[in-house]
Amino acid sequence: MTGSIAQVTPAWYLVLASVVFAIGAVGLLVRRNPLVMFMCVELMLNAVTLTFVTFSRMLNDVNGQTVVVFVLVVAAAEVVVGLGIIVALLRKQPTATADDLTVLKG
Amino acid sequence: MLDLVWLVPALPLAGFLILVVLGRRMGEPRAGWLATAMCGGSFVVTAIVMVALVGEEEENRHHVLTLFEWIKVGGFRVELGFLVDPLSITMALLITGIGTLIHLYSISYMHGDPKFSKFFIYMNLFVFSMLILVLGSNMLVTFLGWEGVGACSYLLIAFWFSKDANASAGKKAFVTNRIGDWGFMCAMFLTFATVGSLDYSVVLEQAPLIAPATATAIALLLFLGACGKSAQLPLFVWLPDAMAGPTPVSALIHAATMVTAGVYLMTRVSPILTQSYDWAPSIIAWVGVITALFAATIALAQTDIKKVLAYSTVSQLGFMFLAIGSGAYVAAIFHMITHAFFKALLFLGAGSVIHGMHDEQDMRRMGNLKKYMPITAATFIVGWLAIAGVPPFAGFWSKDEILLSAYEKNPALWFVGLVTALLTAFYMSRQVFMVFFGEERWRDADHADAPEPHESPWKMTLPLVVLAGLATMAGILNLPFGNRTHFLERWLEPVVGESEHTVTAAASAQIGLAALAVVGSLVGVAVAYRIYYQHKMEPVEPAIMAEGWKYDTSIAAFMGGPGREAFEATATFDGTVIDGAVNGVATLVSGSGTKLRKVQNGFVRTYALGVAVGVVALLAYFLSRVTF
Amino acid sequence: MNLLEGLTPELVVFVLAGAVCIVGALGVVLNANPVHAALSLVATLFGVAVLFLAQEANFLAAVQIIVYAGAIVVLFLFVLMLLGVDRAEDLSIDALGRGQRVAAGIVGLGILALPLLALASTGGEATGARPPTTAPNAIDKTTPDINQLGESLFTTYLLAFELTSVLLVIAVVGAVVLARKVKRADYVEDPLVPTVSEAPR
Repeated sequence: MTGSIAQVTPAWYLVLASVVFAIGAVGLLVRRNPLVMFMCVELMLNAVTLTFVTFSRMLNDVNGQTVVVFVLVVAAAEVVVGLGIIVALLRKQPTATADDLTVLKG
Repeated sequence: MLDLVWLVPALPLAGFLILVVLGRRMGEPRAGWLATAMCGGSFVVTAIVMVALVGEEEENRHHVLTLFEWIKVGGFRVELGFLVDPLSITMALLITGIGTLIHLYSISYMHGDPKFSKFFIYMNLFVFSMLILVLGSNMLVTFLGWEGVGACSYLLIAFWFSKDANASAGKKAFVTNRIGDWGFMCAMFLTFATVGSLDYSVVLEQAPLIAPATATAIALLLFLGACGKSAQLPLFVWLPDAMAGPTPVSALIHAATMVTAGVYLMTRVSPILTQSYDWAPSIIAWVGVITALFAATIALAQTDIKKVLAYSTVSQLGFMFLAIGSGAYVAAIFHMITHAFFKALLFLGAGSVIHGMHDEQDMRRMGNLKKYMPITAATFIVGWLAIAGVPPFAGFWSKDEILLSAYEKNPALWFVGLVTALLTAFYMSRQVFMVFFGEERWRDADHADAPEPHESPWKMTLPLVVLAGLATMAGILNLPFGNRTHFLERWLEPVVGESEHTVTAAASAQIGLAALAVVGSLVGVAVAYRIYYQHKMEPVEPAIMAEGWKYDTSIAAFMGGPGREAFEATATFDGTVIDGAVNGVATLVSGSGTKLRKVQNGFVRTYALGVAVGVVALLAYFLSRVTF
Repeated sequence: MNLLEGLTPELVVFVLAGAVCIVGALGVVLNANPVHAALSLVATLFGVAVLFLAQEANFLAAVQIIVYAGAIVVLFLFVLMLLGVDRAEDLSIDALGRGQRVAAGIVGLGILALPLLALASTGGEATGARPPTTAPNAIDKTTPDINQLGESLFTTYLLAFELTSVLLVIAVVGAVVLARKVKRADYVEDPLVPTVSEAPR
């Protein structure tokens, strides 16, 4: 009994990643501040990188870690552009939330 | 040396491209000289290729030079290649040779025209297209040239398009040709469906294996195409109107080269014609001879100097189709060559007259021009004797060959042909007497101050002299004195040898027929002399003939009346039913789009929710696939 | 009573780091003040970095701290301070109505439950064929992971790696364009907003 508890299997990591991902997803859907929404996206990304690293060890394959490097790069680029957009928007209307930006509605 | 053949069409193409870019800057007359030089260069190259071809064994005189693969779709492959054999090289030599002379002539004729360089752009493009037509190694390349010459013909007929009649003449030519092109295309489809290739070398080799019914269909569809291009009944109406173009165009395109494309095509596919039912060549022969007679009767009563020649061209083309229908392909090509010489000569002569008369085309206002334009008159008279069939001029020999073959096919064909030959001699004599002899009629009450006619400059008379020489001598190509003097026949033997009808008539019968033909011609000339020179007989020029048997007007009336209604009904159908269906789909899409665009409410979190729902659905789907 | 015996270092590390992760994530979502949310995010990122370490991804752990915690979160905070939008958000209402909240909850539950279900249905083991230990991309315990990562990046994924450089350049250019002050004359009329003279469609 105790032995099975002591064994931290990859499944544990995956469960943790799922939880963080779900929290991020819910946050994205619930929060209105575009910056916070962005942070939630980062949460989801981190959850995914965690699964990649987990699988990398579990499958004994270094490429899983390579992918994480790419995720990091993409995340950095995305944050730069995303924050640029947010800065441009909020400079015009400092109190704007995501719900105020409906210019592109059909 | 044969590899040079690509240069033959390439030079006029280069001329065309250079003139498109620089033509305006080069201006007059340099643009014309460039075009002439390109055409002349092409002639020289053709001559070189011909010499190379003559140097080969008779059975090896068939070369296909492929430039590149043009179309490749599944089993359908078309290469852009040139077929070098005696027939195509003969044609190319004719086109470039006469083309060069007419280019030279045009430099002077088009003098002072504001669109001088554009004229030569079209002319070079025409020569290029025509060479593609005759040199093409498969039907599709020929068709490419076929459409190209059609387009150039349209552009050149409507060259002075600011006049309404010229523009509609161009349209008429284009539309009428389209009917023929439809036949050509259907023939190609059928050929490909039957043989699986469009290459002449394959198709003609397989021709004996084609079912007679299919061969007949292909032959008749091709003949429909030829009817359109070569102005045979019922599609000849565009050619007389095509005289609206500049006279060199009439000479080059509507007398010497383009209109003979149909004859070339039928000769090229002669094995298919041989394979078809017997009545198919008979149809061709009868259509040809009836067209010849029909056009000749119309030519009797025309007063426009170019219209006479136009109907005469239709008539002479009818002779060529009579030859093809009688299986005398060599005679058809022979007549085509001689006709190209003397008809180009006559047209250029007419152009020279028009030029000298300051754009007067009505023969009733000419007369005694031999005094003012001696070179033009002398050369025109040579052309007249050639077309009238007076020995030893070229036209006599070629027409005699045709009539001989027609006689062996069916004496009735021969008889109609003979009558036509008589009429030809008559109306051409009428023209010569009205224009070059008799009284000077250009000054009358209305035109009291009409200027004196004058002889044309050397650039115009030189081609006339050269063509007059050719029109005199071209008979040598194929003299009927035994096998040794049949140069053209032996030269074309590798191409048409198997399909060619062999003359079986005895020498005495041949001489008799020839004598009858000569008598017919002389009778025609004599009657015209009595009427139009001595004025001892009343001219018979019924109005209905002057109006071309009301053929054109009745077509126009039909198309303007019931035809128009049918087209309008089609247009209404198209507008309501077909467009309605199309527009209905569009309305449906835009209507549902208007409804659906409400979904795009602009709230980014709603979109995110949509993505998340999709993710859950996908997860559920994959899970169900894995687990259950 | 051998409870402590089962407490292996890995277990302890996992439980602690996992707790930090989840608490941080909840903090991001539940903190009304965006500055606090950003700080919670740092906690999560740190926890993930620790979990990377626990799984012998040393290089990635370092990068996680440097790039994420060090650069990205600082960038977030920088923007917050620059624009002065650090006022708290009223979380009790939602402009899109209750439906958005309820739907978010259901979807979030689905996103959480379905992977767990997948794990449970495969006996706690995610599927996937294990490559043999002799495969070229197998993790070699004797060489540092940074060496193996470098080799993988600069051989197998060289093209993708080069493309990321293009991506970064584009991002920089985009950021510069976006952050530039727009002149009044450069404004473009919105064609979808009907002007007074134009009748509505």
